Amino acid sequence: MRYTPHTVADQERMLRAIGCASLDDLYRHVPQSLRERAAIALPAGLTELEVRRRLSALGARNVSAADWSFFLGGGIYHHFIPSAVDATISRAEFSTSYTPYQPEVSQGTLQALFEYQTLICQLTGMEVSNAAVYDGASAVAEAVLMARRIQPVKKRRVLISRALHPQYRAVVATYLKNLEDVQLEEIPFDLASGATDVEQLKRQLNDQTMCVVVGYPNFFGVIEDLAPMRAACDGVGAQLISVTSEPLALALLKPPGEFGADIAVGEGQSLGVPMSLGGPAFGFFACQKKFVRNIPGRLVGETVDGEGRRGFVLTLATREQHIRREKATSNICTSQTLCALAATVYMALLGKSGLRRIAEINVARAHDARAKLISQANCSPLFTGPFFNEFVLRSTNVPELFAKCATEKILPGIALAQWYPELPDSFLTCVTEMNPPEEIDRLVRTVAR
Amino acid sequence: MSELSQDKKRSMVAPPKLLFESGSAGRSAVDWPAEGGKVEDSIPAHLLRQDGISDFPELGELEVLRHFTGLSQRNFSIESQFYPLGSCTMKYNPKINEAVARFPGFAQLHPMAAPEYLQGALALLFELEQMLAEISGMEHVSLQPSAGAQGELTGLMLIRAYLAERGDPRKNIIVPDTAHGTNPASSTLCGYDVIQISSNDKGVIDAAAVEKVMDADVAAIMITNPNTLGLFETNIEAIAQVVHAKGGMVYLDGANLNALMGIAKPGHMGVDVLHMNLHKTFSTPHGGGGPGAGPVGVKAQLRDYLPVPRIVKSGENFVLDENCPKSVGRVRSFLGNFGVLLRAYTYILSLGGDGLENASRMALLNANYIRTKLEKSYQLAYNQPCMHECILTDRIQHKNGVSTLDIAKRLLDYGYHPPTIYFPLVVSGALMIEPTETETPETLDGFCDAMLAIAQEAKDDPELVKSAPHSTPVSRLDEARAARKPVLRWEASPAKAGSDD
Repeated sequence: MRYTPHTVADQERMLRAIGCASLDDLYRHVPQSLRERAAIALPAGLTELEVRRRLSALGARNVSAADWSFFLGGGIYHHFIPSAVDATISRAEFSTSYTPYQPEVSQGTLQALFEYQTLICQLTGMEVSNAAVYDGASAVAEAVLMARRIQPVKKRRVLISRALHPQYRAVVATYLKNLEDVQLEEIPFDLASGATDVEQLKRQLNDQTMCVVVGYPNFFGVIEDLAPMRAACDGVGAQLISVTSEPLALALLKPPGEFGADIAVGEGQSLGVPMSLGGPAFGFFACQKKFVRNIPGRLVGETVDGEGRRGFVLTLATREQHIRREKATSNICTSQTLCALAATVYMALLGKSGLRRIAEINVARAHDARAKLISQANCSPLFTGPFFNEFVLRSTNVPELFAKCATEKILPGIALAQWYPELPDSFLTCVTEMNPPEEIDRLVRTVAR
Repeated sequence: MSELSQDKKRSMVAPPKLLFESGSAGRSAVDWPAEGGKVEDSIPAHLLRQDGISDFPELGELEVLRHFTGLSQRNFSIESQFYPLGSCTMKYNPKINEAVARFPGFAQLHPMAAPEYLQGALALLFELEQMLAEISGMEHVSLQPSAGAQGELTGLMLIRAYLAERGDPRKNIIVPDTAHGTNPASSTLCGYDVIQISSNDKGVIDAAAVEKVMDADVAAIMITNPNTLGLFETNIEAIAQVVHAKGGMVYLDGANLNALMGIAKPGHMGVDVLHMNLHKTFSTPHGGGGPGAGPVGVKAQLRDYLPVPRIVKSGENFVLDENCPKSVGRVRSFLGNFGVLLRAYTYILSLGGDGLENASRMALLNANYIRTKLEKSYQLAYNQPCMHECILTDRIQHKNGVSTLDIAKRLLDYGYHPPTIYFPLVVSGALMIEPTETETPETLDGFCDAMLAIAQEAKDDPELVKSAPHSTPVSRLDEARAARKPVLRWEASPAKAGSDD
């Protein structure tokens, strides 16, 4: 038993000290009816070598980005991660500590989270960030719940763009299902631009609207113009919630805070976290300062110790479940800290110029690929809206196009019909710095075939 | 060592700067060449930033690494210190789990790839569901929830959906006063009101106490077993009967499953739905507060309500089923915290059924050993055998003005992470100690010696304990100040520094 160090002699010595005759004696108070049926019918344990081989074999049954060319986005992005990121988060002082309840011996985690909160504020242009939540989808759900805490009870209509990530919309619906005061309504997207239909939004807004939720960029990769939405929301006192699943875009785009978003949330995976089948990564959550006491999740704040030295602590805990119980702002007590740390290291390494450079390469390659797929490979453009690194194309036979690419070990995109029956011939393609020009050309040649 | 020289030792090390206080304009740790045209040619100017991100870091690679290595050295962690944080199960996190999670065949998978390209991952998840069902005695498992609290919310949603379909979702959830704060918080989020009940003088719930509040408005009871006092809820079967008799359901908070493997299965206790914290019982790293995973297990009658997507075996292949009309829906994006699930799977394979049972038995042995060694110097909350954790109090030390917080801070000087303190709330000055099974008896002896020395110090020199810690990089921090005028981010100009009035 390689993870339990007790020898038989150890066990005997300890049992004697406790005054128990046997290990069974330790839990003699557990009802016999339960004990007698508790054996676990799983095979015997494996050696480390056997485990490694078993897992290698399972891994080999998957198609990974190490072997195939991926042009997949849709909320999870294939980006380069400098080696220093994994080296840092692999340090056991970070990975095997827990929530920093004892700040004197958790300054490493606490300072890193304070830096994370600052970086998220800088990236989003917002005033306050929490220490992260589970994922982009739960961040949106928590944002809507936060709007519900802030807005008066007569404002309970949530308008959510149909161009927002379909899984995020689904999670919001799940979270709101049992809160009977809230109504969820969809805002359609404009079939020409791929952006949220602002004219329709204006018609849907009224004085009962609690908040408007929109992707930035949206699920189709289209960069929404938040300015007219902000203006429309102001007219009726609705909050604007901006949702970004590709935060690398914010290195170039006008940040949600500059548009006056009340809450800016999103998925942080792009910032130095492996794709890992979509999890774990983290949801980022930022808002205007005036809402800070309504924010869900962990917050790290600066303070001083007895001798006036700067230090960091978990703060404003009176919002949280372990103090407030049923009156807490949220039930969440996880901050995905290790993933947020990865993002902190990633952003520190790339820095101001590096993050911008990588973002520019994404823009350049994605626009190049889209132009070539249209001009050389019989794909047609679906939307006209501006985009960052992913875009929607149409093809007469999407399954055939995908099958053709598979023979060349290329995954060319995500078919949209599953979520958008109104877009049957369409697929979403993403191009990042991980797709060199020759790979893009191979994609174009294969699709053209 | 005198106070003075300890203070000097502490101040010799320069406090670390923030990322934003180091570096130099133009510095970066990446050197990708520029390519393509101007961004303005692709994206309209009114959607672009005017300048770069102001005050963003500008550092070199070694600079960044030294910064974070320095920060890491200001943390306690399982691999550097004994970390007996109660109800958190800070067991060893095996290295093989980390190695496996980094295999390209797992780390470089995209969740939007068609299932045909993910057969190994789906097979693994399908098998993990079955393993967890076997360990817990439940019939079906969903791996979707991201953490224990999300598992709770999901479990309550299942109950609500099931009852609603029968005509009445009901109004209330019964929660014992010893429960984790997430239980009442999740209940509220699921649209329920909370009825709190008290445990008896033995620290467990009586069926009669449940019977008194159980009626046709109660949807479920949430019960933690072993409870947060480290005690097995011996009446749980009778409690389940009371609740079931009036049409309610039994939710089990599986936070403390590490005490039960091979010893008792929740599925046999009358539990209808539970969640499991894989970052506790199944050894995945806590990561400074996440990521975790909180799968839910259910009995057959709740299966159809489980969140989507469901992993379904179809012939030799695995597919994802999103078309489940009775499902509560999606609780998060994609397929759960796969990297965490993968580590838990690796752990279960490594230990096997017998190894898991052994783990629980050694966890009980270690906890009871600590209880026995400390029960004369610290007042026990409840004087009876514990499961995987034991609860001490500061009642004896309080006579000398020394509190649980002081004891916890003094432990830092001895090089041990303190237990969970002031929880559960029903115990005044609680010290909740969970050693886990991966610690040697020598480590436990060392920890107990420190606790006994502190008990002695509390008598002989209470000020020494009350002014602890003396050896950490910072002394006690002013938490009231942090909350009164929150500074939640660095800002370039102190004039702009965030305050919330």
